[in-house]
Amino acid sequence: MIAHAIFFYLFSLIAIVSAVMVTASKNTVHSVFFLILDFISISCLFIMIGAEFLGMIMLIVYVGAVAVLFLFVVMMLNVAQQKNQWFASEQSSGHIPVGLIIGTVIFFELIIVIGGWKYKPDLFDLNNSMTDFNLSNTHSIGQILYTDYIHVFQISGMILLVAMVGAIVLTYRKREGVKTQSYLKQISRERSEGVQIVEVETNKGVKIDD
Amino acid sequence: MTEIGLGHYLTLGAIIFSIGIIGIFLNRKNIIVILMSIELILLAVNINLVAFSIFLGDLAGQVFTLFILTVAAAEAAIGLAIIVVYYRNSGTIRVEEIDKLKG
Repeated sequence: MIAHAIFFYLFSLIAIVSAVMVTASKNTVHSVFFLILDFISISCLFIMIGAEFLGMIMLIVYVGAVAVLFLFVVMMLNVAQQKNQWFASEQSSGHIPVGLIIGTVIFFELIIVIGGWKYKPDLFDLNNSMTDFNLSNTHSIGQILYTDYIHVFQISGMILLVAMVGAIVLTYRKREGVKTQSYLKQISRERSEGVQIVEVETNKGVKIDD
Repeated sequence: MTEIGLGHYLTLGAIIFSIGIIGIFLNRKNIIVILMSIELILLAVNINLVAFSIFLGDLAGQVFTLFILTVAAAEAAIGLAIIVVYYRNSGTIRVEEIDKLKG
């Protein structure tokens, strides 16, 4: 139990420090790397409390896809003008106290809610839970994901499809001067416009393209 | 102190959520960092859902975390595509200079 506590504090400390560094570091590429560190430590926490499937999915989806996508975009755009400065804008620094006040107020509201919450006494009774301890985490998630939540699952698939189509449509552009195949032109070619029979006179040769 | 309960995970979620909010407010230069702060907020929500799901023994929380993951991935893809298009059209992505809607 003590090892569990030590690892919880270690991972959550790493997560909090890297979350601060995501917003505070000057270089955007460093921000992306701290975001990756944050995701990894949170997924370690998930694996530690028994949500192995979500921890692994988090590693694959967030670190493998989302963070790399961020990295692509950061490197594709002009890095020099993406310098992230909290306090360097001299002309308008009035937003800093406002942001700090709103953030701390939200934080203390959440802490008050968490600290003052009275749980029902039979809430932690694991006998009324739906989890079957003989199954693995992945197996039991699959059992309810594909039965009770099948429609939501399919709708989330539609969301991913729409997002993919939207991203492609947004960033697609027709460029001039690029040679591409025109299938319609190729298929609709006829013999009469493709082949020309020429009578070649002796000792004269033939001139094409006149 | 050594007994890690539901409150510890909820506190961690609250801290990361507040860091995300503060990051959105304090950042005036870079719109990509704002998107990353939104990712942090969604991550905090995921921590809360998973902690409740584990400690209350109900798997619905983990299923909903899966859906939040899906929506976060879609949102990141669309948001980054919009940023790329905006950069291509106007040549800047600094937050202070994106004021075309100001009128």
